[in-house]
Amino acid sequence: MKKLINTPEREVDEALAGMAAAHPDLIRVEEPNIIVRKDAPRKGKVGVISGGGSGHEPMHGGFVGLGMLDAACPGAVFTSPVPEQMLAATKAVNGGAGVLHIVKNYTGDIMNFEIAAEMAQAEGIEVASVVIADDVAVKDSLYTAGRRGVGGTVLAEKIVGAAAEAGADLKTVTALCQKVQDNVRSMGMALTSCTVPAAGKPTFDISDDEMEIGIGIHGEPGRRREALKPADEIVEMLVTPILEEGIFASGDRVLAFVNGMGGTPLIELYVAYRKVNEILTGRGITIARNLVGSYITSLEMAGLSITLLKLDDELLRYWDAPVKTPALRWGV
Amino acid sequence: MISTGDFSRFLETFAARIHAAKEELTELDSAIGDADHGINMDRGMTAILELLPGLQGGDAGTLFKQTGMKLISTVGGASGPLYGTFFLRLGTAFGTATEIGPTELAAGFRAGLEGVIARGKAGLDDKTMVDAMVPAVAALEAGIADLPSALDAAAIAAAEGRDRVTPLVAHKGRASYLGERSAGHQDPGATSTTILFESLRDALRAG
Repeated sequence: MKKLINTPEREVDEALAGMAAAHPDLIRVEEPNIIVRKDAPRKGKVGVISGGGSGHEPMHGGFVGLGMLDAACPGAVFTSPVPEQMLAATKAVNGGAGVLHIVKNYTGDIMNFEIAAEMAQAEGIEVASVVIADDVAVKDSLYTAGRRGVGGTVLAEKIVGAAAEAGADLKTVTALCQKVQDNVRSMGMALTSCTVPAAGKPTFDISDDEMEIGIGIHGEPGRRREALKPADEIVEMLVTPILEEGIFASGDRVLAFVNGMGGTPLIELYVAYRKVNEILTGRGITIARNLVGSYITSLEMAGLSITLLKLDDELLRYWDAPVKTPALRWGV
Repeated sequence: MISTGDFSRFLETFAARIHAAKEELTELDSAIGDADHGINMDRGMTAILELLPGLQGGDAGTLFKQTGMKLISTVGGASGPLYGTFFLRLGTAFGTATEIGPTELAAGFRAGLEGVIARGKAGLDDKTMVDAMVPAVAALEAGIADLPSALDAAAIAAAEGRDRVTPLVAHKGRASYLGERSAGHQDPGATSTTILFESLRDALRAG
């Protein structure tokens, strides 16, 4: 294992200390390892928090700030945070208008957020939860844990955070988050594995001439392993199942999000975006907004994910609203 | 009768066995999960070891409730809430008793199992820790008139349950994302649960 760390045990704590030192104007880091918006709690504003394992940076901590998250709870690398983190974050951002938990659909995240929500409610804080499950690579059936929460989470956090900033109440913010979930779909692929620092070796073996289609963000295997193809064919393989979901039709406006998995150069993401644009244009779908870059990653994994969100005027307005966080900034 | 000290030895044994199996559990989890089960369980049980000296003199309920809460607050992932809930329920069942009889032991483990099922919503054949725990608790209950042999039967039943589901396709947790590809891989959660029942047998037998 070759990594720019001191020890695996200290990596998350040291990265949090680095974030706090780098962005004192936006965030503060508190015990037990939570990243909180500097001016939280804001009276009368719905608090929006999320959390998950570390190793997906900038998600979620990089999205704490004006117009997005009020707090983020980072767990150990690829491991759900613990309930006391979500409870502390919920209390830290509670301005009296309730708190929304945005939860990615993983068994551990669901259970830990559930326990935290029960504890917060026992303390008299109103909590609502929305589960993001947008990965079309996983069959949504009784026989799986359901679809994973991936790229759609980033878009949900931005849009929902903007609505909360604008003063929407908990019920409205929760419904909006569910609307994003209902209109967003993603799929990813990997060229290489990632190495969890504490494990010390790659999560899976993959040879130089292979790729994994439908990968998750923790190195969990996807739909299939196959021979490496040119970028255009790979993009087809990811976009086609998303379009087959029946959400996107000719005449629609979408947000297209081409995301690097952590080890993918931006030049390759633009090669992919070019093809996404070509496919959607060919289907009569307009890319009204886009996001290209590495925002929900899987440590040093090379690969990408593609996310499409069907837009309407409301989603578009909140996407365009000002945001000022360590990782996303515009309009301010 | 089983004392709080005996239970403390059980937790020590479980912590030591988990530590020794850390790599193996993580290896199993790399194949069908996200490569953190051994690391997370070891982190949690190491925290329990630090807790034990202060709890040995008290009642069995407090010992297991504190264990459960500590696991929930240190492990994360799915195993934190699941093992945490198991020990919390066990502690609640034991209450303030300082000595536990065989029948209460079996009833406590039944309560723990029900807690795991309620929290994780897994059933038999979903290929999870439940597949080791269900037969182990049943064996404990069935043979409870003779505690040493019941403990032995429970450990064997857990291992059989673990191995029985290896050929199956996982239906819960991250392993379920693999679909057919999960078949043939041993489940890490069922493996750590087998270690739990082996630790119980060996710790109580030594007493």
